[in-house]
Amino acid sequence: MRALRLNPAAWVLPAASLLASVLLWHLLATYKPHLGLVTFANAPSPREVWEAGQDLVQSPKLLFHLGHSLYRVFAGFAAAAIAGIALGLAIGRFGWARGTLLPPLEVLRPIPAVAWIPLSVLLFPSSEASMIFITFVGALFPILLATIHGVEGVDARLIASARSLGARRWRVFTEVVVPGAAPAIVTGLAIGMGTCWFCLVTAEMISGQFGIGYYTWESYTLQNYANIVVGMLLIGVLGMGSSALIRALGRLAMPWQGATR
Amino acid sequence: MNAPRPLATTAGRIALDQVSIRVGHGNDAFTTVEDITLNIAPGEFVCLLGPSGCGKSTLLGALAGHLTPASGTLQVDGANVAGPSPERSLVFQHHTLFPWRRVIDNVAFGLKMRGIQRAERHTAAQELLALVGLAGFEQRYPSQLSGGMQQRVEIARVLIGQPRVLLMDEPFGALDALTRLKMQQLLLDVWARFRTTVVFVTHDIDEALFLADRILVMSPRPGRIVEDLRLPFERPRDAALSTSADFIALKRHCLALLHHDTPVPPLPRLTPLGGPDVRTLQFAI
Repeated sequence: MRALRLNPAAWVLPAASLLASVLLWHLLATYKPHLGLVTFANAPSPREVWEAGQDLVQSPKLLFHLGHSLYRVFAGFAAAAIAGIALGLAIGRFGWARGTLLPPLEVLRPIPAVAWIPLSVLLFPSSEASMIFITFVGALFPILLATIHGVEGVDARLIASARSLGARRWRVFTEVVVPGAAPAIVTGLAIGMGTCWFCLVTAEMISGQFGIGYYTWESYTLQNYANIVVGMLLIGVLGMGSSALIRALGRLAMPWQGATR
Repeated sequence: MNAPRPLATTAGRIALDQVSIRVGHGNDAFTTVEDITLNIAPGEFVCLLGPSGCGKSTLLGALAGHLTPASGTLQVDGANVAGPSPERSLVFQHHTLFPWRRVIDNVAFGLKMRGIQRAERHTAAQELLALVGLAGFEQRYPSQLSGGMQQRVEIARVLIGQPRVLLMDEPFGALDALTRLKMQQLLLDVWARFRTTVVFVTHDIDEALFLADRILVMSPRPGRIVEDLRLPFERPRDAALSTSADFIALKRHCLALLHHDTPVPPLPRLTPLGGPDVRTLQFAI
């Protein structure tokens, strides 16, 4: 962040790239080319999307949509963070945990969030809980795997030194393994936050009247193409923002990272 | 500075009886040192000198309690070595300071593990940091120090536990020549106050001759002690020693001992933890 502020040249390329993307989109939506495999006949233009976005911002629905989505994403994320970090620390550190917990998790890992919908509807009596469960599933595995990696990556020499200095099993865990794995855990949390938003549309397909994902899905069923793109972009921006928030919190929690001479 | 309870020089006697060490697992296991019998007196400064991969570091790892000998007994002050202990601290070639702790908390770590209050352990850490010439660097993180300073913090961190035995695995091997000379002098100054037994692994003949009371020269793997050399040099020592006639004669003698007619392929460096560390991750993200 500091580098960006000090060096305006660092802004130019990303800004130009974003502008060029919008321009390309505008050209495709205006001339509606048929490219064989893909056609832009029905693609909304940036102007239409902008106007649809203005409408949404001015309507009182936006706050409800945002509020519901933020609540689901953060509830699912918090549950995934707690479960993923706890399981990851245990699996990374203890052979018995790896042997018992990892095999079933490895089977569940490749299952996409959308495949969980029917089961989560059956498992949870409230649709709110089942939606939170879907975002939980999305965030759990990135956090879990990053935590396992972080624990495995802790320098064996640091553990040996801690033991030489008198640390016993539990102190080695709290004083060396957890802080040693922390940077990897923060990376996992940032990725998990992204996949939470990724799973939001899937979750909000279940039911509901509010939520950014629901809004996007509803716009599709109503063939309201500009609104679809508004929903997509909103999810993208919110996902990016909340991942950046996690990274910023991580930097605050780990002042030794990036400490320079 | 007041060393916090100077150790009587009666503690720190090391006795090895027919010790052999194997590292690795299954078919990859090999013997690094074989049938070593050896006594080190309390307060003695001993250098283990030998070619890379000869097992000097694994011997150190066994003394520290990170490796278990395949056979033989290994005792410090009459008690069998069983697991790591602050009484037998180990300094690695590259520092093992905790990157997430400030310098003062790294040094105070051993006292924290003994349940000593924060104010008290910081006072003790501050004294030791002053002793190794790092007063004023308490609040830095290890990454904000030079390699030489990191090793000074490491030395302060192990000394706070008042070890009977200080084990050092080529601690200055990664430093530039000038820093290394300074660190050797610093170590001798610190040792003059603490008088703990030191076992110092190196493959640098000059370093061994400058530091040690006694040099144990080891053969290539499996490592055996081929010569037990007592150095006649007076203490305190300074840089002028390394140009004296006696020093050069002994250096020539050591060079001859380390020169082997049958060419031995260069072996990978072993670590006190039994490395070369080949740890594979189970799966990728």
